[in-house]
This record gives sequence, structure tokens and C-alpha cells, in this order.
Amino acid sequence: MTATLEPAASTAVGEVPTFQVTLKIARYIPSDAPAPAYGEPVPAGTARWDEFQLTVHGTDRVLDALHQVKWDLDGTLTFRRSCAHGVCGSDAMRINGRNRLACKTLLKDLDPSKPITIEPIKGLPVIKDLVVDMEPFFASYREIMPFLITGANEPTKERLQSQTQRDRFDDTTKCILCAACTTSCPVFWTDGQYFGPAAIVNAHRFIFDSRDEGGAQRLEILNDKEGAWRCRTTFNCTDACPRGIQVTKAIQEVKRAVITRTF
Amino acid sequence: MTTIADPKAPRAPRPGPGRRVTRGNVEMASWLFMRISGVVLVVLIFGHLFVNLVAGGGVKAIDFAFVAGKWASLGWQVWDLLMLWLAMIHGANGLRTIINDYAEKNATRLWLKVLLAASFVAVVVLGTLVIFTFDPCPAGAAAGTLPSFCPAP
Ligand code: HEM
Ligand code: SF4
Ligand code: FES
Repeated sequence: MTATLEPAASTAVGEVPTFQVTLKIARYIPSDAPAPAYGEPVPAGTARWDEFQLTVHGTDRVLDALHQVKWDLDGTLTFRRSCAHGVCGSDAMRINGRNRLACKTLLKDLDPSKPITIEPIKGLPVIKDLVVDMEPFFASYREIMPFLITGANEPTKERLQSQTQRDRFDDTTKCILCAACTTSCPVFWTDGQYFGPAAIVNAHRFIFDSRDEGGAQRLEILNDKEGAWRCRTTFNCTDACPRGIQVTKAIQEVKRAVITRTF
Repeated sequence: MTTIADPKAPRAPRPGPGRRVTRGNVEMASWLFMRISGVVLVVLIFGHLFVNLVAGGGVKAIDFAFVAGKWASLGWQVWDLLMLWLAMIHGANGLRTIINDYAEKNATRLWLKVLLAASFVAVVVLGTLVIFTFDPCPAGAAAGTLPSFCPAP
């Protein structure tokens, strides 16, 4: 059954059709033991799948369904969200096996005839239910120095840039740090030390900015055993990015810049 | 209610990547080598397959005399040596990448790499020896099985 937005004959004009969905949510309940110091092994909690039957509207997104569960059925369900409109990057999760933002994924696009599986993004430690520890992700982000680096004195007016110069890195300015790309990468799953696509995307944003002078330093940082060379061109990151950033292409451009800088 | 199968999640939290910085261009060289050797290997491997399986008498013509005849010429010795070395360095370097992917403990990683290096050395040394010390006309072989250039026994 494919739900559509066209009102069926029996529904009143303007009424949004409703349909049934089953959510299958990966739950993780941390242990009640006192939390150890950060970085120490955490006592194992319990993991299970929970299923919820819901009646939802054709305009509902996965986030609305999660709200319905949390508000009406099981208040213990834990997930992150903030803006609910695809700008803050809080609610990346693995929905039917693919990383997406819950707030940008319409239920009607997911084949409601089968249970919709919702899991935390992979490769980062789970804290509770769909909430993961983002610290390793942001540590890599900080390492590539995601800020403007300039040498000379402050100019008295804004730093000018032509449209062509802007176009060079425009795509990678759109990142919202949701981690969908990094946690879709099989290299990151097995090797948590890898900088990951998101760090490289955000390095790209400054390396190719004509106003920035820290490009050489950033290329040096990514010319690492765990840097850009770890990328195997799987394209999972490009498929996962909710902002439509050409992630793999950006990584490839960084690799090329390291090579041309050397030779 | 079923339990979640993936043992990786949940995983103990780490304060940060805590990775060791590796300087130098080793990884870049390795990455470039995979591509350059790949291109050369396409020519070498498909050339090898064509000459052995298609050209001349085709696959049915392969016998001791055919191989011995090839290795008697310097051109084929160089071709096969290059194919052996490139494929071995390429394959071993690829396996090194895979070991870096999957080995979680430092000790596991070290031992797998020792094993890899040992098998690399064994195959390359044996292969190189065979190519250069091969005797196309072994004494006491039946006359019909030898290449035509061998002196009559
Ligand atoms: C036909 C010619 C060949 C071409 C064009 C080729 C090309 C490549 C390239 C470009 C890579 C790097 C992939 C990446 O970094 O994402 C690679 C990886 C690899 N190659 Fe080859 N290759 C060839 C033949 C071989 C042979 C003969 C072997 C075995 C002896 C081999 C074993 C490997 C291994 C084990 C990897 C690592 C795979 C991985 O990174 O997951 N290749 N190859
Ligand atoms: S590049 Fe895309 S998928 Fe990756 S963190 Fe940024 S917005 Fe998310
Ligand atoms: S809640 Fe902000 S991106 Fe989805």
C-alpha cells in the first residue's frame, strides 16, 4: 500500500488522509550503576527492539511519529531534536537502514506496509535509545580548525570575494554537522579513529576559501594515516547527506590538493 | 522484543579520537601507488591472459614447453617479474589497509601484519627465484615435452 496525499472519495475536502504504521525502534536503556568518569568503560545496559502501532497523517514525518510515541505512548523514549525543520542537525538516525534526518523524512515515502526500523546512527557510542555520544565526531571536527585563519592585519572593511571564488567551496558551506555522513561510512564503523567525511567536508570549506590562509595546515592535518587517504570512495556519505552536499567529491578534491601541493 | 545483534553499539565512550598524528607522505604514496600499479596491472594481467589463453593455440596449447619457451626470453621474464612484484606489493598493501580497518587491538594488528609481511617475502622470493633460475631443458625429460630450442638429449 502506498499512501498518497490525494484525498480519497470518502474524505472531506482538504482533509489529510491517515494510515497505520508500525515503528520498530532500537532501544538501549543504560545501566543504573553510577556513571564512571568520562572515557571509562560504561557498565552495559539492556538493548531491545520496541514496536509501536500508530495512526499517522500523510503529511507526518518520522519525527512526528516519534513525538506521538513519546508524548502519548511511552515517555521514556529518548531522542534528540531541536529545530524540527532540517537546519540544526540534531536528529540524524538510521531509518530503514539509511541515515536520514527524522524531521525531513515523510512516513508516506517509507513503505508503511512494513515496520519502519529506527536505530541510532552507527559507530558512535549509544548513550540512551537514539541518543549517541557525539564527542568523537566533534573532536575530529575541531581538529581540522573550522574557523577563518588569516595572517595579515584586520582589514578595515569586509574581505571581498568574487562569485567564482565563492562557488569554489559553496557546496561545503551547507553542512549542519548532523553526522549522517560520518556514521554511514564503513571505514568509520570499523576504524573509529578515521577523521570521517564531515571533518573533511568542513576542512574543504576553508581550504578552498580564497580569504583563508590556513589551507596548507589543514591539508597537512588531513595528510594523515587516519585522514583523507582512509576514504575508499564508497559514496555512502554522499547518499546520506540531508543537505545534498557532494561529500565524496569534496573528499576527492582534498586528496587532489594534498597531491598537487606535494608535487 | 528481540535483542539487538550489533555488538559495536553501544560501545564504551571515548573522550575523543585520541589518534596519533602521523606525519610524512607515506599514506599518500601508498594511495597513489594503488592507482598507478592498478593501471599497469590492467595492461600486464590482460596481456598475460590474452597471450596465454587466446593467442596462438589458445588455452589448449599451454604445456611445459609453452611456459619454458616464454621464460627463455628476457622480455617475458621482465613482464612476469613486474607482474609478480606489482601484484604482490599492490595486494599486500591492500591487505594492510584491510587489517588497519578491522583489527581492533594493537597486538592483533601487529601479528596480522607480521604474517602478511612473512607471506609477502616468501611468495616474492620464491617467484623471483623461479623466473630467473628456471631450467627450460631439464635433463632426462621426455623429448616431446621440451621446447624446440633444447639440444637433443
Ligand atoms: C586488474 C588490475 C587491478 C586494478 C586496476 C586494481 C586497482 C585497485 C585500486 C585502485 C585499489 C584501491 C582501492 C581504494 O583505495 O579504494 C585497489 C585495492 C586493492 N587491490 Fe587492486 N587492482 C588490480 C589488481 C589487483 C590484484 C592482482 C590484487 C591481488 C593480488 C589486488 C588486490 C587488492 C587489494 C587486496 C586491495 C585493497 C582493497 C581495499 O582497500 O578494500 N588488486 N586495487
Ligand atoms: S556533510 Fe551532510 S551528512 Fe555530513 S555532517 Fe554535514 S550535513 Fe550532515
Ligand atoms: S530536528 Fe533540526 S535537523 Fe531535524
